Amino acid sequence: MPSPVKTPEFSRADQDRVAQVGIDLAMKNRCGSYLQMDQDVVHAECSEQGIEVLSFKKAMEKYDGMREYTWQAVSPEKDDITRYVAEQKDPKGYVIIAHKGSNNILPIQACLYLGREQIQHVHNIIVAEEGAELHIISGCTSGEHVGKGGAHYGISEFFVKKDAKISFTMIHNWSADIEVYPRSASIVEDNGVFLSNYVCMQPVKKIQMYPTATLRGVNTVARFSSVVISTPGSYMDLGSRAILEGKGASAELITRAITKGGTIISRGHINGKTAGTRGHLECKGLILNDGIIYAIPEIEGSVVGTELSHEAAVGKLAKDEIEYLMSRGLDEDEATATIIRGFLDVKIAGLPEALQKQIDASIDEAEKAGF
Amino acid sequence: MLHIEDLHVKVGDKEVLHDINLHIEEGETHVLLGPNGSGKTTLLMTIMGFTSYSITEGKITFKGEDVTTMKSHERAQRGIGMLFQRPPTISGLKLGKMLTAISRNKGKDIAELAKSVHMDKFLERDINKGFSGGEIKRSEVLQLMIQNPDFVMLDEPESGVDLENISLIGTAIGSLLEKEKHLIKRKKSGLVITHTGFILDYIDADKGHVMCDGEIKCHGNPREILKDIKQRGYKECLECRHQ
Repeated sequence: MPSPVKTPEFSRADQDRVAQVGIDLAMKNRCGSYLQMDQDVVHAECSEQGIEVLSFKKAMEKYDGMREYTWQAVSPEKDDITRYVAEQKDPKGYVIIAHKGSNNILPIQACLYLGREQIQHVHNIIVAEEGAELHIISGCTSGEHVGKGGAHYGISEFFVKKDAKISFTMIHNWSADIEVYPRSASIVEDNGVFLSNYVCMQPVKKIQMYPTATLRGVNTVARFSSVVISTPGSYMDLGSRAILEGKGASAELITRAITKGGTIISRGHINGKTAGTRGHLECKGLILNDGIIYAIPEIEGSVVGTELSHEAAVGKLAKDEIEYLMSRGLDEDEATATIIRGFLDVKIAGLPEALQKQIDASIDEAEKAGF
Repeated sequence: MLHIEDLHVKVGDKEVLHDINLHIEEGETHVLLGPNGSGKTTLLMTIMGFTSYSITEGKITFKGEDVTTMKSHERAQRGIGMLFQRPPTISGLKLGKMLTAISRNKGKDIAELAKSVHMDKFLERDINKGFSGGEIKRSEVLQLMIQNPDFVMLDEPESGVDLENISLIGTAIGSLLEKEKHLIKRKKSGLVITHTGFILDYIDADKGHVMCDGEIKCHGNPREILKDIKQRGYKECLECRHQ
């Protein structure tokens, strides 16, 4: 049984915010945990045999600079964000390694908490070695007292080895004055599976991210799902990309986006480079209040035998659907919430129940607040 | 139970129902017949309170209460229910979730009721998405079973349904209308649109009305009217009955 995460600085309100992004400080349903407050590593441990949760610094010391992995999936020269993180003398972040054949039934949680610092930067490396299965929930949030702006720069490099699987569920709960720039990429080898889920239901000043999965091995799978709500003043430039290189590789990119007045740019790109690959991209958007949803789905095939498709739809709640539910006795608000709840309900094949429940809980929370 | 007096209804700028008068008492089931486009569905949608149908004159009284200006959910909460001929598909919303929402924790056993109309395997499916004609109607009947209205409107419950499903749906509708109870003890009422009359084998209707060009032209025994229509067609039937 892992020990509870001690957080002396957390107020009751902060504890609630952390819980909302799926972080269980009591560690009842988690097998490991990493907590970073601003640039301080507060907690890093894992009780599951064969799985390590280490601070970036400790992992560098223990594994000779993690040369096989560091900056191998994400280029340090990619943009200003990656350059900023690469230049840090004392890089922070976590390294999670599921050694060969290991697996965790209870997920590992990683909490990145922005309290006082102007910029929080992390460099994370996640490795599932051959035959390993690794489930992670990453909760990113800011303190209730931040209020003066701040930014989070996060580099995450994922390595899914042969016959391995990683599911990574990221829940964001920032505040209206924070900018967030995740830079993530994963490399998936033969028969590997990479699942990435993203949920953001709360205000944020700006998020910009475009995680990429390169499916190098044969019969590899990547599934990205994003469920987001953009409130007035929020600017969300989100996307996901899958590069299908290995024969039999397949990818599914699904987005449900709702604007209540904010901007959502929903990008997606699947590149089928090899025969026998498949990909599907789906973006559905609802405009509840005047805001912007700009869907940019791209599918790119360069060989005979790659099958790619996309569907994108942006619209409003259908009056006939609302009235149908009203004719069953629900008032207009209940009918609207019921339809929106259904719209956001994306079930991810292969995701452990505990993580699906956490995603559902985040959406429930937004529903309680009237979306 | 339901009294409609001098009702005029517009859809957009056009009046589509003219001077409708209809009185359905407790325990009675009435049948509404008429050619396509005559206004039958419009009347049901108006009684249900759909906003595209504006009442310009007249009134609707349900269980002694004027419901003319009430919203759809208020009418439903007072006991009016409807089986739709073509209900919308709602992507993402699972039938089971909807049933839970409309049951309002009344203690209904959703799984058991779903099983009784062979819809137990559909609870995790998006509402009406990819449903066959029979499945749509079974889903509608299931929703009404959970809603348990006192006044049930049925818009062509047998259309697009095979014979086996007609029996299942007909029996369930009969039960919704308490047809198994003795006439004196029967409290539920209904209004049914049918073209084929197959459903009449299960609901034993009391009165029939023929609608044409937005008006109710005549009344009578539902089976006799249906027989006339089948033999002579609507045109001749209406002429005959107007003489």
